[in-house]
Amino acid sequence: MALTKEQIAEKTEELKKFIAENKNMPGPLMPIMQFAQEKFGYLSLETQILIADSLGIPVTEVYGVATFYAQFSLNPKGDNVISVCQGTACYVKGGAKVLAKVEEQLGITSNQTTPDGKFTIQDTRCLGCCGLAPVMTINEDVYGKLTPEMIPDILAKY
Amino acid sequence: MENMINLTIDGISVSVPEGSTVLEAARAAHINIPTLCYLKDVQQIGACRLCLVEIEKARGLSAACVMPVSEGMVVRTNTPKLRRQRRVNLELLLASHNRECTSCVRSENCELQALCREYGVKEYPYDGAKKETSVDTASPCVIRDNSKCINCRRCIAMCNNVQQIGAIGVSKRGFKTKIGPIYDRSLADTPCVNCGQCIVACPVGALHERESIDDVWAAISDSEKYVVVQPAPAVRASIGEEFGLPMGVAQTGRLAAALRRLGFDKVFDTNFGADLTIIEEGTELIERLGSKDAALPMITSCSPGWISYCEKFFPEFIPNLSSCKSPHEMEGAMVKSYFAEKMGIDPESIVVVSVMPCTAKKYEAARPELGRDGMQDVDYVLTVRELAKMIKQAGIDFAKLPEEKFDDLLGESTGAADIFGATGGVMEAALRTVYEKVTGKTLEKVDFTAVRGTEGIKEATVDLDGKEVRVAVASGTANAKKLLESVKNGEKTYHFIEIMCCPGGCVTGGGQPIVSSKDLQYIDLKAVRAKALYDEDKNKKLRKSHENPEVIAIYKDFLGEPGGHKAHELLHTTYTAKPKY
Ligand code: SF4
Ligand code: SF4
Ligand code: SF4
Ligand code: FES
Ligand code: FES
Repeated sequence: MALTKEQIAEKTEELKKFIAENKNMPGPLMPIMQFAQEKFGYLSLETQILIADSLGIPVTEVYGVATFYAQFSLNPKGDNVISVCQGTACYVKGGAKVLAKVEEQLGITSNQTTPDGKFTIQDTRCLGCCGLAPVMTINEDVYGKLTPEMIPDILAKY
Repeated sequence: MENMINLTIDGISVSVPEGSTVLEAARAAHINIPTLCYLKDVQQIGACRLCLVEIEKARGLSAACVMPVSEGMVVRTNTPKLRRQRRVNLELLLASHNRECTSCVRSENCELQALCREYGVKEYPYDGAKKETSVDTASPCVIRDNSKCINCRRCIAMCNNVQQIGAIGVSKRGFKTKIGPIYDRSLADTPCVNCGQCIVACPVGALHERESIDDVWAAISDSEKYVVVQPAPAVRASIGEEFGLPMGVAQTGRLAAALRRLGFDKVFDTNFGADLTIIEEGTELIERLGSKDAALPMITSCSPGWISYCEKFFPEFIPNLSSCKSPHEMEGAMVKSYFAEKMGIDPESIVVVSVMPCTAKKYEAARPELGRDGMQDVDYVLTVRELAKMIKQAGIDFAKLPEEKFDDLLGESTGAADIFGATGGVMEAALRTVYEKVTGKTLEKVDFTAVRGTEGIKEATVDLDGKEVRVAVASGTANAKKLLESVKNGEKTYHFIEIMCCPGGCVTGGGQPIVSSKDLQYIDLKAVRAKALYDEDKNKKLRKSHENPEVIAIYKDFLGEPGGHKAHELLHTTYTAKPKY
């Protein structure tokens, strides 16, 4: 769900307060970014600039961390979050083809959200159920032993 | 006395100061250990693993660039295992590299290519998926081609740490690791100030300037065009390097001769523009010092990278910027007005080409503020590297050329102009003139040594007949930042500040010949090139800008008073605050 202007302003104030309280602790970047991720559900450019400026570091550094760890997202999450496992077991059993099919069906790539805000595809390593490889989850639902052909029907349920 | 540490490297005993690295110690033994991510005084992160060495009793191999020496250490740099490992590391780099040396800007001056040759890489056993090939060409100055990037991060260290601009960084990880601006943007949409320091830091062909060589050739062969060229002061200090001539020796006469042979209709000298700048800037400084409400300190405006930095990072200092155009822009403006009028040439048919040690000058030349009647003061800017290519394309044997002079009217210069190319030079040149204007006395000792040298920030107090003038000089934007912050918080007060965007000033600008990281371990490039300019200055009869006879003539015949109406119309400009993103 997209945030309203008022919500963003309010959350930005909370983030500023959190930064002020924590910027002098050792290694403040990660906790501040995690706080922002939790508050907003994603890290917009504006949020990254705010964090960078308050810590006196370049935005490129915040962006670097945000794109290094899967826990951070640069885009607002859609209503349904899809994770297609690219861990080794799934990859070997065709996880990449499944991901390609999902991307093709939704017209977006990994770590993007569809324009209507309905779906987000997330970059994912091992989901911890390799026995079912290749695996994908949509929100809390797990789908195993997938083939690309199964994807359209699954997506239609959401 | 420093504590000395004794060790042996490949059987050679050396003694080096405590805290040295194995790489530095190897140099003392005259052994070059190969490196890629290491760049002296810029980056030392031990990432590329090319500088691996064997150390007795140590586990595994060690990266020499980050490994400190210790007493009794026994190091081997050249064993079968190391040679094999280095070659494998190179082969891994080549696996995803867009190997197209024949059409690459850095061919023959590429550190990766040189290492592959040295280590005998003959095949590509790990050949795999290539990197994405989209090239960022939107910046007016710097082109980034990530298909050639080897992720060494030297550009980032330069941009983020040395310059503290922060336009580029590393994102993602693993095979997807990418060096560049955030969100895959173009450099044009970042805080980039176009200094080009990332280009001279890059070991390979992933970064280069936007070239204007073809445009300039086209202008030269167009019979309707009258093509005028002017090289900046710092070009004479470095151009010889491109032709195997010794470093630190100015090649002024050969430069003039080569430009004439390339077919330019007039070979003028930005040095003339530099002398002219001193007259205008000196007049402006004297006016500001005598006025109650003028913004002080006044800050120099000849470095376009610094101007961008000020507009993007310190807009509160815009009122402090001298309104003077930079020397080559003044020269261009004079070519299209004074010279055109005198020769009866239609200024519309004149093409002004500047040869600059700088990439940001390309952006500057296109600034809408710098021209009039739909004409830009300067049409094309070539870096020293581009000029060298043109000279080679024309088959000119630069090293054997006779020495020639620049053309009359806008080609004469004093020693004050030569030193513009070194940090502190504009300050020194200005002081020579301002001193005589303010005191009415002859300045006997023209060398203001307090503002010379390669330190990032220099300060001095100058006595102008009882009036103390406090001056400061900064080169590199990180130093500029430090200096401006100390002025902003009231810790320091100055009357006059010189700022150059590139560390060391124009002699080490982003458009200068690229010196390999290997050679940079041995050479103090800033000092060596600056020396060439101070030698030029020392050997000139006239060393004060206001004594330049052509400058005197242009005010008498054309401009009128320094700082007067006509001078303002043609030689001064304005600035505007700009967003970083
Ligand atoms: S970067 Fe170096 S190795 Fe790569 S194509 Fe260019 S010259 Fe060849
Ligand atoms: S040109 Fe200068 S500011 Fe721009 S990216 Fe390169 S080093 Fe950074
Ligand atoms: S662009 Fe050049 S300097 Fe920057 S990381 Fe790539 S290879 Fe290294
Ligand atoms: S690799 Fe996909 S669930 Fe483990
Ligand atoms: S690890 Fe030493 S030069 Fe790269």
